[in-house]
Amino acid sequence: MPASYIPTAADLMRLSPDLLLTVGGTLMMVIEPLTGAARKSRMAIIAALLMAAAIVLSLLAYLDPGSSFSGMLTVDGFSTFFRILFYGCGLLTVLASIDYFKRERGEESGEYYALLVFSVVGQSLMASANELVLLFIGLEISSISGYILAGYIRDDKRNNESALKYFLLGSFATAFMLYGVAWIYGLTGSTNLDTVRRAILGGTIDQSQSMLMIATVLIFIGLAFKVAAAPFHIWAPDVYQGAPSPVSGFLSSGPKAAAFAMMLRIACSAFYPMRAQWEPLLWATALATMIVGNFAALRQTNIKRMLAYSSIAHAGYILVAVTAQSETGVAAIMFYLATYALMTVGVFAAVTLVASKGERFVEIDDFAGLSQSHPFLALILAVFLFSLIGIPLTGGFFAKFYVFKAALDANLTWLTILGLLNSAVAAFYYLRVLVVMYMKPVPESAEAIVPPGIAIRFTLLASAAGTLYLGIFPSAVLDFAGKAAQLVR
Amino acid sequence: MTLLDAVLFLPAIGFIIGLLLPRDNISLIRNYTIAVSLLVFIVSLGLIGPVLANPGASTLITDTVWIEYPAIRYHVALDGLSLWLVILTTLLTPICVLISWKYIQTRAREFYAFLLLLEFGLIGVFVALDLFLFYVFWEVSLVPMYFLIGIWGHEKRIYAAVKFFLYTLTGSLLMLAGIIWLYNKSGTFDLLLLTDMIQKGRLALTSSESFWLFLAFFFAFAIKVPLFPLHTWLPDAHGEAPTAGSVMLASVMLKMGTYAIVRVCLPLFPEASRQAAPYIITLAIIGIIYGALVAMVQPNMKRLVAYSSVSHLGFVILGIFTFTQTGMDGAVYQMLNHGVSTGALFILVGYLYERRHSLEIADFGGVGTVAPWLSTVFVITTLASVGLPLLNNFIGEFLVLQAAMQVNILYAVFAAVGVILSAVYMLWMVQRTFYGETPAEVKHHVFDMTGREWAAMLPLLVLMVWMGIGTQSFLPSISANNVKTLELVQPPGTAVRAQASAAKPATEVSDAR
Repeated sequence: MPASYIPTAADLMRLSPDLLLTVGGTLMMVIEPLTGAARKSRMAIIAALLMAAAIVLSLLAYLDPGSSFSGMLTVDGFSTFFRILFYGCGLLTVLASIDYFKRERGEESGEYYALLVFSVVGQSLMASANELVLLFIGLEISSISGYILAGYIRDDKRNNESALKYFLLGSFATAFMLYGVAWIYGLTGSTNLDTVRRAILGGTIDQSQSMLMIATVLIFIGLAFKVAAAPFHIWAPDVYQGAPSPVSGFLSSGPKAAAFAMMLRIACSAFYPMRAQWEPLLWATALATMIVGNFAALRQTNIKRMLAYSSIAHAGYILVAVTAQSETGVAAIMFYLATYALMTVGVFAAVTLVASKGERFVEIDDFAGLSQSHPFLALILAVFLFSLIGIPLTGGFFAKFYVFKAALDANLTWLTILGLLNSAVAAFYYLRVLVVMYMKPVPESAEAIVPPGIAIRFTLLASAAGTLYLGIFPSAVLDFAGKAAQLVR
Repeated sequence: MTLLDAVLFLPAIGFIIGLLLPRDNISLIRNYTIAVSLLVFIVSLGLIGPVLANPGASTLITDTVWIEYPAIRYHVALDGLSLWLVILTTLLTPICVLISWKYIQTRAREFYAFLLLLEFGLIGVFVALDLFLFYVFWEVSLVPMYFLIGIWGHEKRIYAAVKFFLYTLTGSLLMLAGIIWLYNKSGTFDLLLLTDMIQKGRLALTSSESFWLFLAFFFAFAIKVPLFPLHTWLPDAHGEAPTAGSVMLASVMLKMGTYAIVRVCLPLFPEASRQAAPYIITLAIIGIIYGALVAMVQPNMKRLVAYSSVSHLGFVILGIFTFTQTGMDGAVYQMLNHGVSTGALFILVGYLYERRHSLEIADFGGVGTVAPWLSTVFVITTLASVGLPLLNNFIGEFLVLQAAMQVNILYAVFAAVGVILSAVYMLWMVQRTFYGETPAEVKHHVFDMTGREWAAMLPLLVLMVWMGIGTQSFLPSISANNVKTLELVQPPGTAVRAQASAAKPATEVSDAR
């Protein structure tokens, strides 16, 4: 390994989006106490601009792909795809939050946006690191910001519960993860994914296959916590229900996608030689996650809780493609995560609007007659719900299609059939929301929704347009994902 | 861009523009929708010429790339099988606008927009030749119907709508698994290409593979038909839907299932289809008799007509799975007949409901004395539905029974019982509704048909007679296409026999006239 500790220009360019966001986020923290209350709305604009600039920089960085910082960081199609996904999610979440904070607190809050920025930096590291310790650091940055975001409204009981649960179970998970990394280091003498792979392939640790298995299982458990896969999903419903709605949308899109990116990076590079041993574990987890998510969602009356279980179920579908462990599978997952991020940020933005001050209206029945009182909002929400069901001409359909196609390619016939039947079950609870919105009258006690601001309108429109675009012209994104998937190994 | 593309996409464009119309201006919305749907109908008449010139082959083909990888193509075309189903759809849509004119007062903009979206989905199903595209349209047609039932239906509408949606979705998801499996094996979604590959042995499916694939597809289609015992969604959906919804469901949506069996199941899995035929025919005959018996005891007119559909569609399945020229011709003809006559029945039941605000047969009686024209039209439609000679259903049922007789006389005997029973339950309903004492409520509320109502019914009445007498206008094109399908499905070596009897049945029937 060349012992050059001074980063080159190429190194810096490849890290530039994260550098920008880190510096920007820190500056926001510093400026925040110095700005008057009237000017704090600028912080949201700064955060949005930072995210947008980071998207541009990550595209520029992709012009010269490769690894940097002595192989710790990789800029390839895979990491660029996810970087854009995270920055995009961050941007949409920032825009969806402005109205929320005006309503809940009457003022903007700079810290909140800085935390979002930091969380996105962590996710970006998770997708681009090629080194277990750096992956872990990324995971921690993203998670710790997430814990604070989940409890951001400090005087709200549900926020507190949400943050505490998220923090306790989350740190438990990262401990597993870290323990696994330590085992790997002990076995192979390295935390660099390429070196680990060579060590496994080279047979230098042949005698300790069972120890290697334990190490991978430990890492897998840590990641399973983060993506809320059964049986490590228990935290998700409470956290999503309690957290501020825009944050719930953010948590179920960005960090979840980042954990999957990390899982793919590890499973498809370092531990690819062990795929046969992984498969039964993944198979069972995928099935259990789909079943637990869907059947628990059937019984929910709170829409945020229902969406939390639905998010567990979607993690199950994605795990089906992870089980396939193929290039088409990786491409399918990338497409799925992009679509899912759009849908879920959009759904939670709509929930934010309907919930009103203090998030009082979060029961499914509170959506009654939305199609009459707010036809346009209802229409957009219907697009998201149909996409979550997987009806053609929405992105959710192609996402499911590619996932199950990859699974059938890998001869996972039973898992595919069970997965498809699961998505029929899932249709039922999404339909319930549609039924309430379109087929029930407006209740007399209903309060008019405060007219949404331009920012959250943009979030809703952009994610709905994106969902429909991916449902009619999926080629562009899928091509990119397909090319990126080949670079993983 | 062919005329077919225009017919397909006009309703979709109409749907989008319709959503942008002002919400409160009902008369503008109605006029707009009737204009669009009539335009589609008129344009669709232009399809007849090119198809009849060569009904056995695909015409008006558009075949371009939709998605590069996986290779999904926008491949649409028309032939003797799909032509009449498309025309049926485009004819019934303006009729549905007419019959909803007064009935739909709430949220009219959404109602008429969904009607156009439904038309788009249905036409798409009938013209798509790429399995993926077919699946997309199959699902797209589900969404507007779900809303039509759920928003504008009767009391139990929500239950019915959700049941309808979930039944169909479950079936179609299994079909999706089958479609992907075929693609992974062959690298194409193109139906014609797949058929060719299977016929020439370039795509070798093991017999168990082809059996499970057949089941995956057939299950989805059988739910839609619906074949006994998968029919339980139908009485609810038909019974609870608004009139226009029931009409589109019965007349066109059920045909999606039978059409798809002929279009997809038979060519792709000929051997599995032949092996499954006795079992499927048994279920069809159970459906014929069971549907008729249950219809007989229904106190609710709409549910009665709904169960009669289970019975009638049994004939279609029976005809298809005889694998004879006569049977197939009869089955396809019966699809159209059922579309016309059951659609008309639902419309007339809807007229009665708009007057009396009840669907219970017991609430009626002696309607004939207060509304003679309505009763006359109803009786004609009933007679068409029970298969009176000179009217349309007779031809279809006759051909199917004749074919059933050739295959196994028991099939014909049991199916014929269904014909008798259909006369029983229909005529009994007519007797209780239109004859006898006239209760005071009926006297006060029931009036005769209005001009708008005549306009909706006349085309269907004309068709009932025309399709009963002028079979030559329709059957040759259907036969020509069935010849092709039968060639694919016959076991190797017997293909010659099928060809020999190819063109005959159509002429036989017209001679009999």
